[in-house]
Amino acid sequence: METPAAPATFKVNVPASSAPRNGVADTLIDIHNLDFFYGAKQALFDVNLKLDDKRVTAFIGPSGCGKSTLLRCLNRMNDLIDGTSVKRGSIKIRNVDIYGKNVDAIELRKRVGMVFQKSNPFPKSIYENITYGLRIQGQTNKARLDEVVEKSLRGAALWDEVKDRLHESGLGLSGGQQQRLCIARTIAVEPEVILMDEPCSALDPIATAKVEELIHELKKQFTIIIVTHSMQQAARCSDKTAFFYMGKLIEYADTRTIFMNPSNPQTEAYVSGRFG
Amino acid sequence: MKRFFDAELETFRSHLMIMGETAIRQVRDALKALVEGDVALADRVIAADDELDNLEMEIDDEAIRYMNLRAPVATELRLVIVGMKASHDLERVGDECTTIAKRAVRLAAEPPLKPYVDIPRMAAIAIEMLRDAMDCFLHGDTEKALAIVRRDSEVDAINKQLYRELTSFMIENPATTTRALELMFISKSIERIADHACNIAEEMVFLAKAQDIRHREELKKG
Repeated sequence: METPAAPATFKVNVPASSAPRNGVADTLIDIHNLDFFYGAKQALFDVNLKLDDKRVTAFIGPSGCGKSTLLRCLNRMNDLIDGTSVKRGSIKIRNVDIYGKNVDAIELRKRVGMVFQKSNPFPKSIYENITYGLRIQGQTNKARLDEVVEKSLRGAALWDEVKDRLHESGLGLSGGQQQRLCIARTIAVEPEVILMDEPCSALDPIATAKVEELIHELKKQFTIIIVTHSMQQAARCSDKTAFFYMGKLIEYADTRTIFMNPSNPQTEAYVSGRFG
Repeated sequence: MKRFFDAELETFRSHLMIMGETAIRQVRDALKALVEGDVALADRVIAADDELDNLEMEIDDEAIRYMNLRAPVATELRLVIVGMKASHDLERVGDECTTIAKRAVRLAAEPPLKPYVDIPRMAAIAIEMLRDAMDCFLHGDTEKALAIVRRDSEVDAINKQLYRELTSFMIENPATTTRALELMFISKSIERIADHACNIAEEMVFLAKAQDIRHREELKKG
């Protein structure tokens, strides 16, 4: 595939098949002493977190706890908001500081894709939605584009439902299909990491189950970080869970531990629905 | 933050405590009936077993309902699981008491084989173990729970000693066989009651620490 030359440091250099599936996973993202501000207001306080490669990590916590802020720090989406700043600390992906001087945020976002709470397909055909990223990267080869469309839609478990109407508007799909279209659009540019910000909050239980099934499949190839308000979703989908409260990371552990025997009483109260 | 269904867990807890108290009363009464040859008391023990059976079913029903509708996690999930298991153990304690009471009725019709010394001593330990196990449930004291597990060997030792003693009675005088066998089975029932107390203690460690210590002797040492 003719992807434009990404900074060498972000090359995907670990084939999916060689990633450890059992036991200890490699650290892909290393967040160190992170303080983040919206103007004068501090939103994240001294966050330290190592996120595993080819695993699903859930960020949970009550509204305003900083989980979405941290998620958006991971592909520098916060750069688009005036007055935001990382005042201290670092976020490294494969040992490269993504807030370093030489890092191009656009290149970073190709490597760290994002799926939002509300599905946001472009007002274009399904085909064009998927190929949009590749086209702006300069890809014009029709056969190649066709191939990516099929691969991405299959990857997002949407191919069978839309293969006969690829040139119809993406906006004509159901909510769940639109969200899977957005996932397909994200994986079409072959990122390493997929950030999901409450991807199922607007979906019915069946569409939610399909997205969760998809997350389970996608983690074979991608590292997934999901922000969710659904405890059950975090429990079902993630390998590790991080609980945030008032801008601080309170507890980070295997999901099984968080939901069976959390060590912090605040975590216990939150996952049991006693506050938040 | 209180939740509108918190009272359900409190009811569940108190039902388990009531079941523990009932089981302890049954052990005490069954032994009293045996030692004092009190047939009326033995009959009451046999009849009261329904209380434990009904409590077990009620606790199961509450646990299943809570898991189904309230999706418990962490301590609550452990409480519901442990509650179901402990109630099963307590129900089995009740069954052992019924067995002891039935044998007490038969033994009451015959002259005593020997003074009751070891059986009441062993029963006193088993009752204490059960009481401590229920205390652990109330207070989450895992050290106490481990001490219960370690005490089980005391009961096992008395049971073995009684077995040897009663065997020699039978060898020396075959006319004692029926009574000696009844006592052997009673001793075995008390030993089983102590085992159930150990199970409950192990369950309480799981409740407090999410740690499964069953069949892991290294974790049971103090």
